[in-house]
Amino acid sequence: MLLPQTHGHSTSPFEPACLTPGPPCARLSAHPASTAHPPPPTDGIFHSRLGGGERPRAKPADGTFHRGGEGGRAARGRRAVGRARPPQRPSPPRGRGFRAPSSNEEQPLSPPSLCVAAMTQSVLVQGKGWRRPQPSTPSAPPSPVPDLCLSPPLQWASAGTRWAAASGTWRCGSTRPLTRSGEDGRDISKGKICSLKARALLIDMEEGVVNEILQGPLRDVFDSRQLITDVSGSGNNWAVGHKLYGCQYQENIVEKLRKTAEHCDCLQCFFIIHSMGGGTGSGLGTFVLNLLEDEFPEVYRFVTSVYPSGEDDVITSPYNSVLAMKELNEHADCVLPIENESLFDIVNKIHQMVNSGKLGSIVKQNSLVTSSAGSTKTVQEKPFDAMNNIIANLLLNLTSSARFEGSLNMDLNEISMNLVPFPRLHYLVSSLTPLYTLTDVNVPSRRLDQMFSDAFSRDHQLIQADPKHSLYLACALLVRGNVQVSDLRRNIERLKPSLHFVSWNQEGWKTGLCSVPPVGHSHSLLALANNTCVKPTFMELKERFMKLYKKKAHLHHYLHIDGMEQSCFSEAISSLSDLIEEYNELDATKGPGTGCPRSCLY
Amino acid sequence: MSIVTVQLGQCGNQIGHEVFNAICSDVHGTHGLCSKKENESYHEASKERFFSEEKSGVPVARAVLVDMEPKVISQTLSIAARSGCWKYDDRSHFCQKQGSGNNWANGYSVHGPKHKDRIMNLVRKEAEKCDRLSGFFTIMSMAGGTGSGLGAFVTQCLKDAFPASFILNHVIWPYGTGEVIVQNYNSVLTLSHLYRSSDALLVHENDVIHKICAQLMNIKQISFRDVNQVIAHQLGSVFQPIYTGAGPLHYSRSPLGDLMETLVPHPEFKMLGLRNIPQMPENSLAYSTFSWPGLIKHLRQMLIANATMEEGIDWQVRPPRPGSSIPSKHSTSKSLHFNTSIANLVLLRGKDMHSADLGSFQDPALYTSWLNPQDAFNLWKTPRAFNKYEKSAALVSNSQFLLKPLDNLVGKAWNMFASKAYIHQYTKFGIEEEDFLDSFTALEQVISSYTTL
Repeated sequence: MLLPQTHGHSTSPFEPACLTPGPPCARLSAHPASTAHPPPPTDGIFHSRLGGGERPRAKPADGTFHRGGEGGRAARGRRAVGRARPPQRPSPPRGRGFRAPSSNEEQPLSPPSLCVAAMTQSVLVQGKGWRRPQPSTPSAPPSPVPDLCLSPPLQWASAGTRWAAASGTWRCGSTRPLTRSGEDGRDISKGKICSLKARALLIDMEEGVVNEILQGPLRDVFDSRQLITDVSGSGNNWAVGHKLYGCQYQENIVEKLRKTAEHCDCLQCFFIIHSMGGGTGSGLGTFVLNLLEDEFPEVYRFVTSVYPSGEDDVITSPYNSVLAMKELNEHADCVLPIENESLFDIVNKIHQMVNSGKLGSIVKQNSLVTSSAGSTKTVQEKPFDAMNNIIANLLLNLTSSARFEGSLNMDLNEISMNLVPFPRLHYLVSSLTPLYTLTDVNVPSRRLDQMFSDAFSRDHQLIQADPKHSLYLACALLVRGNVQVSDLRRNIERLKPSLHFVSWNQEGWKTGLCSVPPVGHSHSLLALANNTCVKPTFMELKERFMKLYKKKAHLHHYLHIDGMEQSCFSEAISSLSDLIEEYNELDATKGPGTGCPRSCLY
Repeated sequence: MSIVTVQLGQCGNQIGHEVFNAICSDVHGTHGLCSKKENESYHEASKERFFSEEKSGVPVARAVLVDMEPKVISQTLSIAARSGCWKYDDRSHFCQKQGSGNNWANGYSVHGPKHKDRIMNLVRKEAEKCDRLSGFFTIMSMAGGTGSGLGAFVTQCLKDAFPASFILNHVIWPYGTGEVIVQNYNSVLTLSHLYRSSDALLVHENDVIHKICAQLMNIKQISFRDVNQVIAHQLGSVFQPIYTGAGPLHYSRSPLGDLMETLVPHPEFKMLGLRNIPQMPENSLAYSTFSWPGLIKHLRQMLIANATMEEGIDWQVRPPRPGSSIPSKHSTSKSLHFNTSIANLVLLRGKDMHSADLGSFQDPALYTSWLNPQDAFNLWKTPRAFNKYEKSAALVSNSQFLLKPLDNLVGKAWNMFASKAYIHQYTKFGIEEEDFLDSFTALEQVISSYTTL
C-alpha cells in the first residue's frame, strides 16, 4: 500500500499520498537485521526522498522523544495513575491452547494510536485507538502495516520497477533508483529504504508505541514531522481524546495532514486505523475523521476499527465505542470493523496447523500471515504480530488493485460506490483467504475453489459474524494472482445459491482482478460484504452500553470534560439504535421483493 | 475513408488494442487466399481506414485513448509498441490518476466537462490526420464509470463538434452478475444518453462471448483477453474492407456511412447485434471445411431463433406464415421465440463467395411489415479471406436480438431504483432522480418499439 514517490520526477503512475499509519496500528515489526527487507515498492503509502545516502533519520534519540520501551512504559504508568484507568490486564490471548509469549508478565497494552495513512491516492491516518494488546517484547513492537510493505518487498520492488518503466514512456520521470533491485531483488541495499517515507501520520497521546516504532526496523520510514504524541494518554476516555486533545491538537493535526497531503499529487483516500474501546483511538481518532471531512471533503475516508470484545478489560469501552460509532455513522465513507477475538482465532488456527506438522515443513517463511515474523517461530513469540499482520494484509489486498495492474482493476473509490447502497450502511465485513492454506501450489482448481468457499465461512470473517445466514446487500471479491474471469464466474455461480441477497440486488457482486499475487502465494482473495450480520455486534455493544448507562456509571469521568454533555450520550445511543433499526428493516425484507412495479412509472 | 477509434475506460482500451491487433494480423499474417492484386487493394483500404503512416514506416493506429487512470493505457501503449507491427501515437492518449469509481455520474458530470477540451483536442488532431473522415468508432463498456459516463459525454461532444460525421458506439454489455453492482444503473444511463447522440450502438454481451470462448473456442480458463480477442475478431470481420452492393471495383468508401445506411432506417431503432460464423480455435481450422450453403443456413437460423452462436441453435423456430402474422401479437409460444428484424447485413469473405445464395434472407416474413425486404437486407462480399478462415460470414442485425437483455436490465435497475439504493452516490455528482426517470422512460420507449415490430 505504500507507494513511493520520488522527488523531482514521479515514478509510479500513481502517487500515493499516504500518511503512514501510526504507531499503534501499524507497528513496524522489528525484524532481525538479517531479514531486513528492501523497500517496498510503494506506491501508495510511501513517498520517497531521493538524495544520496543521507537518510533523514527520525530522531528518536534527541531529547524530544523518550527512548525505548521503558520511557513509554513509564509514561503509561504515570498516566494510569493520573487518570484512574481501569485496571489493565494484559488482555490477550484468551484462547486456550495458545500460549502467549513468555515474557508477557507485563504485557503492556500497547497503546494505540491513530494512524492516518494515505495510499496511492490515499492518505492513511493512523490513530490511536488501536487498542489491541501488543506483544510485550519491548524491542519488537509488532506493526502490521508497514510490515506489509516490507514483507513483500521483492515483489513490490519488481512490480515497482515495471511500473516505473511503463510510466516512463509518457511521463517524464526516469526510473527511480529506489526500487531498482538486483536480479533476485534481494540485494536492495539497506540504505535505499530511507528514501521512502510513509504517507502516514502517527498519533498517540502517549509515547511508548511510537517510540518503539522509531527504534524498529521501519524507523527510517517515519520522521518527526509525522508524529503527534503527548505523554499522558487519554485514560480510556473518549471525551478526553475527542474533546480535550481534539481541541488541543487540532491545528497541529491539520497542519501535518496538509503537509502530508501536499506530497500526494492525486490524493484519493484516507485510511484511519484505530480502536473503538479506548480513549485516544476512538476519541481522537473520530475527531481526526471529522477534521478530514472538513479539510478534504472530496477525499474518501476508510476507517478500520477494532471493536472491543465482550470480555474487554476496559470498563468504559462500551461508552467509548458507542460515542465513536456515532461519528463513524456520520462521517466515514466505509468502515471495516474488526474484532480481536476473530483475529485471535484465526492466528490460533494457523498456529495449530503449523504445529500439527501437517504443513509445518511446507509453510513458507514469508507467506501471508507469518511474514512479519520471518519465521514461524517468531510467530509463536509474538502473537499480536500475526494478528496485526492480518489487518495489514487486509489493507494491502484492499489496495492491491489500485496499485498493481490487472485485467479488471478496482480502484478504492469503487468500493464505496458498489458496496454502500445507503449512506449510513457502510460497515463492511471482511474475510481474507487463504489464511491457513499457506502452502502454495500452483493454482490447482480445487484449492482455488476452496479459497472462495472459505471466504464465506464463519471462521474466516474478521468479526464474529456469520454472513451466510444473514442478508447480503452487496459483496465484493478482490482477487489477486493467477485467477481468470472464468474462475470468478464459476465460483459466483456456485456460491450464489447458498447466500441470501436483498431483493433489489440479487446480482450484487463486484469483482476485481489484480494480476500480482501476494508474496509467497499464487493467489489470494479478499471478500468484502455489506451484510446485516454486523448487527449482532452492534446490538451487543448497545446492550453493554445500556447496562452502564442506566446506572450512570462512570459518567462523571466524561461529563467533567469541557464540551461533553449528557446529550452526547443520548444522541450517540440513538444514532446506534437507528442504525440497528435500518438493518432490521432490511432483514425484514428477506422475503419476496416489495418494490413497486416498473409499470407504475408510466 | 478513415475511421477514428476512441477507446474509453479499461474495457474500451483493452478491446481497442485487440481490435487493432486483429486487423493487423489479418493484413500481415495472411495472404487472404486471393489474387495478389485483390490482396493489395484490400491492404491499402484497410490501412487507410485504421492506420496512418509514420516516417518510420510503422503504422500508427488512428485512435484516441481515454481513461481516468493510467495503468491500462500505459500497459496498452507499451504492448502495442513492442508488437512491432503497429503502434499508438504517443501523444494521442489522455489519462488522469484517479478513476471514475464505477460512478456514471462522476464520469459524465465531473470528468467529462472538466477534461472536455483536452479530449476533444486529441480527437480533432486525429481527425485532421485523415484525408477523408468517415466517422468515429467509440469502444466502451456500459458498466463502469469512465467508459459509460465519460463515454456518453464524449459521444455527445463528438456529435456537436462533428455534426457531419457518423458515430458508431461499440458497447460492451456487462455480465449478468458479478462485475459492477451498479452496472444496471450505469447501463440505463449510458444507453439512454447514447440513444440521443449516437447513430448506432453495436452491442456485444460479455455473457455471450464468454459462452463462445467456452464452447466454440474450447478455452478452459477464460481470461478477459480471450473474451476481448473474440470480440475483436468479430469487429474485424465487419470493419475490414469489403465490396458493397453488386460488386463494384472499389472497396467501400464510407464504411460507417454505408453501415448506417443499410442498418438504421429509423432513428428509433439503433441497436445492432453481431453474429459470425464459423468461430473456432485456430488449430482446428486446418481440419475444417465449410460450404457456403451450410454457413448461410446456420447463420439464418441463428438470426431467426436469436441464437448467439452456431452451437445449440433451436431449429424449430420458423418464420410466421404470411397469413398468421396478425395473431402473433397474442404470442403463441412459437412466435415468441421468433426474432423479427428491421434490417440485416450479411458480410461474406472468402473463396467462391459469388456462388453463395442469400435468397433465404430475403423472405419478407423475417422483417417488419413497414420495410421492403429488398431494402432491409443487404449483402456485402469480398473474395479476400479474413483472418485465416477460408470462408466466413458475419451478420449485423438490427432486430429483437437485444430486447430480452435490455428488458432484464431495465427491470433490475428499476427494482433497485424503487428502493432508492445507491441513488445518493449519483446525486453527489449531480445526477438526480429526475434524470433516472427520464432515462427509464427513454428505454421503456425503446423496448416497446422493438417489441411491437
